[in-house]
Amino acid sequence: MEMFESYDPGEFYDEMFQSDGSVRAHCAPLLRRFRQLDERDFLARKANSELYFLRQGITFNVYHDDRGTERIFPFDPVPRVMSADEWEHLEAGLTQRIVALNLFLHDVYHDQQILKDEVIPRFYVEQAKHYRPEFRGVDVPGDIYIHICGSDLIRGADGEYYVLEDNGRCPSGASYLLENRNALKRAFPRLFGDMGVRSVDSYPRDLLNMLHHISPRRDADPVCVLLTPGCHNSAYFEHCYLAREMGIDIVEGGDLVVLDKFVYMRTTHGLKRVDVIYRRIDDDFIDPVVFRKDSVLGVPGLMQSYRAGNVSLANAVGTGVADDKVIYHFVPRMIQYYLGQEPILKNVPTYLASEEEDMKFILGHLPELVVKAANESGGYGMLMGPSASKDEIADFRERIIADPRNYIAQPVISLSRSPTWCDGALSGRHIDLRPYIIYGNEVKIVPGGLTRVALTKDSLIVNSSQGGGSKDTWVLRR
Amino acid sequence: MLSRVANTFYWMARYVERADNLARLIDVNQQLLLDSERLDSDRLRGFWQPIILSAGDEETFNSIYDEAGSAEVIHFLTDDPRNPNSITSCIGLARENARTVRDQLSDELWEEMNSLYLFTRSEEATLLISSDPARFYQKIRRSAETFLGIAASTISRNEAWEFMDLGRHLERADKTTRFIDVTSYLPGGSEGMQSSSPGILHWSAILRSCGALGAFRSVKRGFDARGVFDFLVFSKDFPRSVLFCIEAVDTALHRISGTPRGTFSNEAERETGRLLSDLNFGSTEDAFCIGLHPYLDSLQARFNRIGEAIFESYVLMPERIQVSPVGDSRSPSAIALWQMQQQQQQ
Repeated sequence: MEMFESYDPGEFYDEMFQSDGSVRAHCAPLLRRFRQLDERDFLARKANSELYFLRQGITFNVYHDDRGTERIFPFDPVPRVMSADEWEHLEAGLTQRIVALNLFLHDVYHDQQILKDEVIPRFYVEQAKHYRPEFRGVDVPGDIYIHICGSDLIRGADGEYYVLEDNGRCPSGASYLLENRNALKRAFPRLFGDMGVRSVDSYPRDLLNMLHHISPRRDADPVCVLLTPGCHNSAYFEHCYLAREMGIDIVEGGDLVVLDKFVYMRTTHGLKRVDVIYRRIDDDFIDPVVFRKDSVLGVPGLMQSYRAGNVSLANAVGTGVADDKVIYHFVPRMIQYYLGQEPILKNVPTYLASEEEDMKFILGHLPELVVKAANESGGYGMLMGPSASKDEIADFRERIIADPRNYIAQPVISLSRSPTWCDGALSGRHIDLRPYIIYGNEVKIVPGGLTRVALTKDSLIVNSSQGGGSKDTWVLRR
Repeated sequence: MLSRVANTFYWMARYVERADNLARLIDVNQQLLLDSERLDSDRLRGFWQPIILSAGDEETFNSIYDEAGSAEVIHFLTDDPRNPNSITSCIGLARENARTVRDQLSDELWEEMNSLYLFTRSEEATLLISSDPARFYQKIRRSAETFLGIAASTISRNEAWEFMDLGRHLERADKTTRFIDVTSYLPGGSEGMQSSSPGILHWSAILRSCGALGAFRSVKRGFDARGVFDFLVFSKDFPRSVLFCIEAVDTALHRISGTPRGTFSNEAERETGRLLSDLNFGSTEDAFCIGLHPYLDSLQARFNRIGEAIFESYVLMPERIQVSPVGDSRSPSAIALWQMQQQQQQ
């Protein structure tokens, strides 16, 4: 039987089919290919791709799981396809956004004009958990703070894309994007054929070019390293993967020493100077002299070297103020304020619990809203009103009242769906999109991004820690 | 190369080598047991005891088991997670080290390591251990050899390779001496084992444990203690002999430092050079004069000193930096573990 025969797009925006059941034009060639596959063949290839992930060790550790089990990040072989028009629109919107976010960060850590002009209430910035006032006045190369941004995009029932959040500290997942493509190419080589899918290979190169661009040293080839918290971090696979693809060393805090405000790594032939650190450790842990005293992962004295301009960090210190979910609400205003442009990509409407009117609305509509803590990620610290129990709602009500600065609420957006293999058949599952934006000499966005999919029926939560999987993302050439 | 990474390569190779050697040791002795008449439990204990002793894990064993029957010993050495030196534990540690330097391994090499790891954790492995142990050990050895083969054909001859070479050859030298030492623990000690018939069985078992039976036969006739000992310690050509291994360690150390052989630039080179000269100018006669066990014991102590000196010269670097590197990455503290996990995954 042909696999799409009983597929029902349902009452949602389906990425492959229009509401009348006909295939979207840019997906038609893919659908034709899939119709030539029989189910047994499909399943055997799917199993092959899973084995590939397991053997490659492309797994993540599930925290709070005592057995230390490693799981593969479930991979669905039906790709998500985007037309060239769609992608160019997203690209323009994301570029506009990362430029504005960086102008905002530079401003906040220097003159604070945007606060003086009361475009954003000062209170929100100063109370942001990841704001680092001690770094005001510190210059960074090219005035770039967020070098790598992973903004989450969703598509509503109206077919329009919205930005759900900006991840501007240490966004992860780019390695999955690259490996998904590898896995799909291996398992379904014939799917690609002459479909005109844009390559994603350039990501590590773009990343390395950016690291070179921000080097403080001009007289020699910069030495770049990737700083990892260590092999027990759930993203360690990714750290290794990216370091290898870029051909740079992956270091732990203990591998680095700071002498006279310069950073060095310990090698078998003595100390070697380091110029750029792609760090995958949070600000809090990066230097026990300045931040958490008990950190054993960081490098004592690193901030001294950073302040002196002897070493560059990607991303810079203090970017967390820009991806605070309250500050997110003001990103469209930043775009207008700094660039004098209308935002190309919309935000999801957001209610701030510290605004009196909003608070009233939030407390009155909890069962209909999504509530989020301002600084959590990975699907933690969230209330999905419509599916929450009375107790959970009561619990969040208390939390919001106790700490309004740190809560926001948004209407439930019915994410678009994509055909996904679940429980022995293809059926619609909700997806989002995490593109990776690199900002160095210029803004580079690898075509597409990581499409995450909520494998549980009707679930809107796509995070891997909550049972999400991923898909390959195809951007078609013009 | 990063000091920590060098150390990781060294241990990855050591653990693979250890697992490989153990697999051979158990397999050979299990087969040897098939050749003997039925043993009562006392004699069975007498059979396995030397093997546990030679693995250097007697204390751990006694703290876990009351009995020393075949089943207990085999489980202990093969897949007991409580024994940090069981085959399964060694593979786990080797893989953990490999994972840490995943970025520097070829895909094939990592896949081989990871597949072996996944195999040791599979139901298939559990089943094989009880139903067809010989095939289990064969699979471990094959995979370890494949690992080595892939490493040899995919790793550049840079420091990564040299540190793997160090780890592999030190481990090999150590295990060869321990396999010979099995005879010291046999009832009656090594003296009684000269050429009486159980002695021949044992000496040929030791040769097989070292994968040396064929090579030995091609150069020596008949099994006697001196002949086997001479071959396994002083052969210049056999890749598991002590001399051969220490020669390889010496070569690797000088490739790393760039100083000519015959001279030294650090403690590791000095210790190794000395040992090498003792082996080059030593003989089986000397060893038998000193006594087999004390002689082997002193070799093992010198291997350990070389290992420590390598660590001090290349990883600790105490003379260059005051701050010592953060703990052992193979067993991070609970605090470090917790902190690693705290890093937000956005």
